[in-house]
Amino acid sequence: MGIVMGTFSMQPKQGGFRKDKAEDELEMTVVCHRPEGLEQLEAQTKFTKRELQILYRGFKNECPSGLVNEDTFKQIYAQFFPHGDASTYAHYLFNAFDSGQNGSVKFEDFVMALSILLRGSIREKLRWTFNLYDLNKDGYINKEEMTDIVRAIYDMMGKYTYPVLRDEAPRQHVDAFFQKMDKNKDGVVTLDEFIASCQEDDNIMQSLQLFENVI
Amino acid sequence: MAAGVAAWLPFARAAAIGWMPVANCPMPIAPSDKSRRQDELIILNVSGRRFQTWRTTLDRYPDTLLGSSEKEFFYNEETKEYFFDRDPDVFRSVLNFYRTGKLHYPRYECISAYDEELAFFGIIPEIIGDCCYEEYKDRKRENAERLMDDNDPENSKEGNLPNLNFRETMWRAFENPHTSTMALVFYYVTGFFIAISVITNVVETVPCGIHQNQKDLPCGERYSVAFFCLDTACVMIFTVEYLLRLFAAPSRYRFIRSVMSIIDVVAIMPYYIGLVMTNNEDVSGAFVTLRVFRVFRIFKFSRHSQGLRILGYTLKSCASELGFLLFSLTMAIIIFATVMYYAEKGSSASKFTSIPASFWYTIVTMTTLGYGDMVPKTIAGKIFGSICSLSGVLVIALPVPVIVSNFSRIYHQNQRADKRRAQKVQKARLARIRVSKTGSSNAFLRSKRNGLLNEALELTGSGEEDQHLSKSTSIIESQHHHLLHCLEKTTNHEFVDEQVFEHNCLESGMKNYTSRSPSLDSSHGLTGTCCSRRSKKTTHLPNSSVPATRLRSMQELSAIHIQCGEQQALSTSRSSLNVQSDEALRLNCQSSQITTAIISIPTPPTASPEGSLPQPSSPSQPSAGVNIVKVSAL
Repeated sequence: MGIVMGTFSMQPKQGGFRKDKAEDELEMTVVCHRPEGLEQLEAQTKFTKRELQILYRGFKNECPSGLVNEDTFKQIYAQFFPHGDASTYAHYLFNAFDSGQNGSVKFEDFVMALSILLRGSIREKLRWTFNLYDLNKDGYINKEEMTDIVRAIYDMMGKYTYPVLRDEAPRQHVDAFFQKMDKNKDGVVTLDEFIASCQEDDNIMQSLQLFENVI
Repeated sequence: MAAGVAAWLPFARAAAIGWMPVANCPMPIAPSDKSRRQDELIILNVSGRRFQTWRTTLDRYPDTLLGSSEKEFFYNEETKEYFFDRDPDVFRSVLNFYRTGKLHYPRYECISAYDEELAFFGIIPEIIGDCCYEEYKDRKRENAERLMDDNDPENSKEGNLPNLNFRETMWRAFENPHTSTMALVFYYVTGFFIAISVITNVVETVPCGIHQNQKDLPCGERYSVAFFCLDTACVMIFTVEYLLRLFAAPSRYRFIRSVMSIIDVVAIMPYYIGLVMTNNEDVSGAFVTLRVFRVFRIFKFSRHSQGLRILGYTLKSCASELGFLLFSLTMAIIIFATVMYYAEKGSSASKFTSIPASFWYTIVTMTTLGYGDMVPKTIAGKIFGSICSLSGVLVIALPVPVIVSNFSRIYHQNQRADKRRAQKVQKARLARIRVSKTGSSNAFLRSKRNGLLNEALELTGSGEEDQHLSKSTSIIESQHHHLLHCLEKTTNHEFVDEQVFEHNCLESGMKNYTSRSPSLDSSHGLTGTCCSRRSKKTTHLPNSSVPATRLRSMQELSAIHIQCGEQQALSTSRSSLNVQSDEALRLNCQSSQITTAIISIPTPPTASPEGSLPQPSSPSQPSAGVNIVKVSAL
């Protein structure tokens, strides 16, 4: 008999359930974004039309709505680094790509950043990298920011490394970095110091040219 | 690497520029796109229906037919298209897999046709998306069972295994009477005697007619000799049968523990005990009652009756539901019995003398039997009595649909067995997908070795093998591996396998030569990490005869780590400098299996951490028992 009473009492709850679902569906309208025309993008970036087409096809395949949010960005980046945890570095990258700081990357942002990275001058590349490292965008890189970045890079390696990854490794790396970059030893690296130091280092210059033929 | 994001590889590589200023050493050379083809349209002609797609779309999954060079076998030079003589409808799903990254199973397709197409195109069915995977697995299971059902009657009719010995033939004869005529005869004989013994037991108690002391005598006592002879005959047959079964059983211990054998034993024991005990009225009476267990022999027939088996299985499978029902019934009985007892307490000459006495009334009322031997007399008692009988009707209605639904459920395959099988299948499926995913990270480690062999060969000038090796990985894979290689260079650490990692942990738990910083207290930090567990377990060390080979790039020290044996002798200080430990190790290391010279390192010591390693050890004699000797090979 108690069961009968129970079944009677269950009916009104289901009605409320259905109402919630309907509201959720209304909210789930897809936000779509279409990029500017192909000619405009071609003018703004250093890519040819064909390259932009290839880029856009890949972009649209992964993000049909035309916008990448941070989670998708992290997922995509994590696929390339299955060994470790790429989410922190992907977060910093996302902030660097998201020039408008509005939480999503449009195709234009994507393509502009790629244009700088792949086809830009040395100075532009270094400025972009400085922007990446400068987490709070105040124009200075201090030790904490650099430690965060380096730690994020080390996180991507994962656990199974040779030699075994230890906690002091990022810090040592940052110390070495600052020793090289911080010319006036004031504890922060400015853009000019950064560019100057990088231009002095042959290794860095060489590696910046590495990805020219990516597309 | 999930090929769906292959389109984002250029972005990932471009983002790698962010590591460059951090890196201390130069980056490896990027793989060149030897065949710089522009992205082109490919035409796939499948039995006349033309599909077109970009070449890069197909390249996403290089381990399938369409993604690899295997499709060149189907290339038609005249029409400049790839021709496949396969089903175009199924090909739609296959091509959509390349486009979207998700494989769907169309419901209208036959499962075996679909499987064949997938096998042809080199796609494993485990990557079917979650939306369609259940359907796929269900259909596959149905199909398999149908095939199994078709095969089973065939098998049983065929001549069976020829090499059964006598014992096994006997066992099979017992278990399945249709195997041979002898078995059938035996089966019918035992069945007949079971029936005889049951009828005997029944007729024994019928009053037979001779009046003695105003009481009818049961037949058993009138014709006691005849019944005794019948009983003896049946028991002898049963005993012989039991002993034969015991002899033939493949696992006697298990047979003794089985339910049927217990019933057999219980059935024949009373007779033997009765023989022993003579004329003791009470005890033999009790044992005669035990004879009733012989009736359970009828359950032996259930082995050959499908319907009985299903019924038994049904009851077993809904045992939990019935158990819960019984529990709730018990609760209801107790409640109503209590209520009736207290309600009828007042009336005089009430039959409800105690609560357990009221149980009988409650049960009889709830099951709508209503014998009438106990009847409430007070008004309260009558009210509660009527409530009791009404609720009883409801309670009786409950078990019937449970049993019916279970019965039909078992006819359409047991759900619980399916779930168990599905769980295993799900686990197996996830394991397979995981393997194919980790295959990508292992692929990197593998190709690292291959790629470095490549570079070595390049340096020594043999170009032909170089080409052969590089073709084995697709261009996307090689670019991805180059990216991972850059990351290694940036952080000055390498990706290694899990086993190699643990091997290293063991090594470095023993001696801290890998400490990159000159500070001593880093050793404590080392044991604070994962290696702390390992260092406690270092009772047996990895065999020194298996060197951990690691080929590094030409720009760094190429070293082969060789371990000295007999390291169990190391008992003392582990937490000190290399220099100090060297002496201790030299003392303890009894046999050095390798004596090699240390060749100087080409790279500057500050650039690579491994470069700093041989410096403390080089002052020690190379030929003595140094544990880790680095040999550079060029």
